[in-house]
Amino acid sequence: MIHPISKVISLVMVFSLVMAFSLTGCSRDDRIKESDAVREITLMTHDSFSASARVIEAFEKKNHAKIVFLKSGDAGEALNKAILSRNNPLADLFYGVDNTFISRALAEDLFLPYSSPMLAHVDESLRLDPENRLVPVDYGDVCINYDRHWFIEKNIAPPETLEDLLEPRFKGLTVVENPATSSPGLAFLLTTVARFGEQGYLDFWQQLKNNDVLITSGWKEAYWGKFSAASEGTRPVVVSYASSPAAEVYFSKTPMETAPTGVMTGHGTAFRQIEFAGILKGTQKPALAKKLMDFLLSKEFQEDIPLQMFVFPANNEATLPEVFTKHATITDEPAVIDYKTISEKRDTWIEQWTESML
Amino acid sequence: MDRIDVVTKGSRWIPRLAVALVPLGFLGIFYFYPLAGIFHRSFFSGEIFSMAALLDLATSRRMAGIVWFTLWQAGISTLLTLVCALPCAYVMANFDFKAKKLIMTLATIPFVLPTIVVAAAFQALAGENGFVAGLNLEHSIAMIFLAHVFYNFSVVLRITTGFWSFLQQQTREAAAMLGASPWQVFFKVTLPLLRPAILASAILVFIFCFSSFGVILVLGGPKFATVEVEIYRQAAHLFNLPGAAVLSLFQIGFTFGMMWVYTSLQKRITTFIPQSQSQGLKQVVTLKEKFMVATCVGFILVFCLAPMAALVIKSLVFEGGLSLAFYKELFLNTSGSLFYVSPVDAVENSLVFAAATLALAVVIGVCAASTIQRSKKRIGALLDPIFMLPLSTSAVTLGFGIIITLDKPPLNLRTSVMLVPIAHTLVAFPFVVRSVLPAISSIPASLREAASLLGATPARVWFHVDLPIMARAITAGAVFAFTMSLGEFGATLFIARPEYSTMPVAIYRFLGQPGTMNYGQAMAVSSMLMLVTAVGFLFIERFRSFGDQGF
Repeated sequence: MIHPISKVISLVMVFSLVMAFSLTGCSRDDRIKESDAVREITLMTHDSFSASARVIEAFEKKNHAKIVFLKSGDAGEALNKAILSRNNPLADLFYGVDNTFISRALAEDLFLPYSSPMLAHVDESLRLDPENRLVPVDYGDVCINYDRHWFIEKNIAPPETLEDLLEPRFKGLTVVENPATSSPGLAFLLTTVARFGEQGYLDFWQQLKNNDVLITSGWKEAYWGKFSAASEGTRPVVVSYASSPAAEVYFSKTPMETAPTGVMTGHGTAFRQIEFAGILKGTQKPALAKKLMDFLLSKEFQEDIPLQMFVFPANNEATLPEVFTKHATITDEPAVIDYKTISEKRDTWIEQWTESML
Repeated sequence: MDRIDVVTKGSRWIPRLAVALVPLGFLGIFYFYPLAGIFHRSFFSGEIFSMAALLDLATSRRMAGIVWFTLWQAGISTLLTLVCALPCAYVMANFDFKAKKLIMTLATIPFVLPTIVVAAAFQALAGENGFVAGLNLEHSIAMIFLAHVFYNFSVVLRITTGFWSFLQQQTREAAAMLGASPWQVFFKVTLPLLRPAILASAILVFIFCFSSFGVILVLGGPKFATVEVEIYRQAAHLFNLPGAAVLSLFQIGFTFGMMWVYTSLQKRITTFIPQSQSQGLKQVVTLKEKFMVATCVGFILVFCLAPMAALVIKSLVFEGGLSLAFYKELFLNTSGSLFYVSPVDAVENSLVFAAATLALAVVIGVCAASTIQRSKKRIGALLDPIFMLPLSTSAVTLGFGIIITLDKPPLNLRTSVMLVPIAHTLVAFPFVVRSVLPAISSIPASLREAASLLGATPARVWFHVDLPIMARAITAGAVFAFTMSLGEFGATLFIARPEYSTMPVAIYRFLGQPGTMNYGQAMAVSSMLMLVTAVGFLFIERFRSFGDQGF
């Protein structure tokens, strides 16, 4: 009979070995990095960030550097972590402040101004900070997506304007995200403010509520839980991105001619979300950080953005992949709302919305 | 006798202190220090702090509503969980039948599933197009209760079963011989003896539902908010750190108060002499017994297995037929992403983190339980609540605290991989404490005294007396520590160097973008997560057998 204690001891031993192994494993990595004098540079970003291994490796090889990525929660949480760690920054750069948060980020004085030469290839309309502390890196439109098959099958015309959603034929068809906990949700709320004005937007929402709109906490719950084109849900209209149809096509096993989903972007029904990046004050490697910033705006990285994050590159020289030119949309007439007004009023609007909708 | 006491007391003082320092040191560095940092920053940074704004928050009707909702939904969720789990625990603890281990394992798997995946499973079963259509639970309080019972069922089941099967058969037989009816035996003998285990598991479930986050947001919908949800909203979206800090303090204060009352009211020791399980188990013979076992097994199959089966089916059905397409796709990095992780690596990373968490949580948890049990009642009643605090502390708040405090050598942990097992252990070791404590308090002092009189050193006494009796309880705690780590997502994502990605991180990555392949792969990884969890349980439970040999 094996003695009970020896079993306990062997159990403890196994686990401490596993622990020790994993620990030494990572410290060994660190040592190699140091001895090779590879400089580490840290990029803080949000959960949805992605990039091709090939593209990142190219930068690392060329600059004898290693980029460490810190995904720090959703866009709001990540920015807050950057603000909290300002005295002893977690990272050298930050990627992913959007135009609803930009005023807050600038007011906190977190970023070093850097006028990258690559900015020459970025449209003026995207550049919101004249001092270039935060520079635009990508953008995309948040808008209504709809299930094509559903509308064809029911022989109903898909929505074209926000007012359409109030029609009786759209009763119980729409799902939107809570602007207090979701960034597409906030973008859609801002769209309605732009369209109906500060006086009228709550009216629109009240009618939308009467038309049996469903509100979820986040995009995942709405798209994967309630949207008829992507789940067992029964609602064919959802707030998502104008590039979502391209993702539907790209991430399907069998090639498709048309996307299963359509978008409504005309008549100021889409909100343009612009994402910015900046060099964090307190970086110990300003030269390398500037190089990385140039790289983020370079054609190479920018052309990688669409298929990694399903947004549009800010660099207007970047060529779009075919699936984007065919299936993703960017509108000429986005909802217009000044970013300074957004930062002034966002909390009030969210609060008013919460009071009347929940 | 007195003299021995004096001698042993004197010589035990130092090792006892050493044992106590393990959990206290761990909590001090990784919990209290970061929390103190973030509270200090929130209240005294001088920028936006105003007492009036805080009072507004504290007295607003909305806040009162949120606090009230948090409390009553947690209370009812806990009651419902007890009602569902206790009858099953009775069956599990008293009867011997085939596939019992498997059933127990099935009941515990839900614990690791991300809420968004559970939502998909429920949608498949009870949604508008589901198998049980017509049950319109979408975004209702019933959905929250259902999900809480689904997640926490096994907490009560495992802890109570473990304790119940140790109850001495003779006590009940004696009562019956003296003329007590089966009901009298149950209420007068069994229930009082079981009380510590039932209370311990109920407390865990309550704290869990009290600080519920994902279930409320995803399954309850935006109409419902617990304090935890509100903290997240205040901290991450409204940048109101003082507000979030006040709410976190409320959470901590409430948990502490509740635990303090609980431990103070608790009778110190429920003495009985434990016996090995094999003697106590009955074979299923009569029709009534068969009915009870069938009902219990049936309930667990329908309630726990059906949603999980729905997920597995989703991962296997592709364009109308059975296919492994989604699983095959997992091995390909089609988009060449830097954050791609092969399924093999994801499983390995998950297991390494879970094993590390298990080891840390068992060591710290057992030390904590021993410390509570051996210290004076008043100190124990203070320590016990303290050890439970991490379970109900907002992850956002603690995360912020870690960022501003653990930022200099020798504790520059903000971006270290070690942060993952540490964060997991913080929420895992309270399970070990709760499940070990009833067992450890049940050991009669006479047993230890007898052993020391026979010349055993304190260490030997601990190994030969305490440990065998605790073994089963440690296993129950270890299972939960393991599952807590396997299912956790936030801390793991933060250290999201591609090479450390785990299964839950992969699930979230897939669900981040539209497309059927993404959805299918998320379901495939979820199925893998369930399988790995099940295999892990069976492995952990192999080590339990020494508990049976102990006596």
